Amino acid sequence: MTLNQVDTRGRSCPEPVLLAKKAIERFPEGVQVIADNTAAWNNIIRFAKNAGYNVETVKEGSDYILTLIRQD
Amino acid sequence: MNGKKGIILTGAIVGILAVVLVKLGNAGNYGLCIACFIRDTVGALGLHRAAVVQYIRPEIIGIVLGAFIMAVAGKEYNARGGSSPFVRFVLGFIVIIGALMFLGCPLRMVLRLAGGDLNAVFGILGFVAGIGSGIVFLNKGFTLKRTYTLSSFEGYMFPTLCAGLFMLLIARPAFVLFSESGPGASHAPVMISLAAGLVVGILAQRTRLCMVGGLRDVFMFNDWHLLSGFIAILVAALAANAAAGNFNPGFTGQPIAHSDGLWNFLGMGLAGLCSVLLGGCPLRQLILSAEGNIDSVITVMGMAAGAAFAHNFGLAASANGPTANGKTAVVIGFLVAAAIGCSNMDKATDIKMKGDVSVDA
Repeated sequence: MTLNQVDTRGRSCPEPVLLAKKAIERFPEGVQVIADNTAAWNNIIRFAKNAGYNVETVKEGSDYILTLIRQD
Repeated sequence: MNGKKGIILTGAIVGILAVVLVKLGNAGNYGLCIACFIRDTVGALGLHRAAVVQYIRPEIIGIVLGAFIMAVAGKEYNARGGSSPFVRFVLGFIVIIGALMFLGCPLRMVLRLAGGDLNAVFGILGFVAGIGSGIVFLNKGFTLKRTYTLSSFEGYMFPTLCAGLFMLLIARPAFVLFSESGPGASHAPVMISLAAGLVVGILAQRTRLCMVGGLRDVFMFNDWHLLSGFIAILVAALAANAAAGNFNPGFTGQPIAHSDGLWNFLGMGLAGLCSVLLGGCPLRQLILSAEGNIDSVITVMGMAAGAAFAHNFGLAASANGPTANGKTAVVIGFLVAAAIGCSNMDKATDIKMKGDVSVDA
């Protein structure tokens, strides 16, 4: 499976979650989001779950790689 | 603490603590107010000379130190900054001009309503309108650009400064000014105020309690998580005020408040608009400052400068109502905020996608 990726590192609240929102509006089947702080990570998870997406996170160093896949 | 129960519990504790602080000496509906407390603190340092609002507020110090301890313990401390620093300073300045027109930050707005001050309803309506206006900018691509990693030392400076302020409060040197009457002279015992601040800072850092974020998330994502914390503050403070006999519904004679509905609306509208552009309310800016976010430190410095100017130039309202200077400042504030909003749209970095990334299905 191939996913598009949006990089929110270095962005302050609420930009990471806004970028994630725009990303899934453009690619509704799913996207990968990179975040670099816990607040952004929590916000994106909450937003994605409310929007009907499954979220998996892999921690790479200080970054969070979130994979958002639309629930069937 | 990150769940729904955590933020509701946090809100309830903050609401009750605010009422307890009033019971123990803080002025009416003045248990916790970030804008007012920053104003009182800069007054104590002689940066303005309004004699009735000069006191180094231990609650602010406690909030910062509590959040700092939690951020370090939770490995969330991260020194960063460089995201449009002077724009943030100016927006922080304007937030306080708006808040001191209304006479309270978003937190005190809720606490005023919980004490029966119905003028807060106009403030809340304005705040909602201001946040709605700010969201228009966010949806059009408003950004204050990226932040950069800084040395940890830079992040430690703000909590250290707050610890230094506490030493000045205890030592009371002659160059620090303390009100002998008025709101600045009304305060709970120092150690109790500090402890209350520590509790608020610890809980707000863990739950990311934010009034601006709460309303923004409801409007943009239909997400009630953050706002539920502020609803809990309202309910808990209302119940505590009722129990303590401090609930006095009405428009006139409310503590540290005026009843000019239009300017209460516009003051909080301006505070709401600028806070959305900044990404968080004054309480949240303090918490972020403690986590090493230098952009928020710059915002807090803007708020401190705004508070000093608000009194030096006669911009702050009082129980007698708004001043002509204050009304002019609020209008200028809206113009500056609109100019900042319009000139920081970044359609080019609207969204940067990188395709063809393979992940396991």
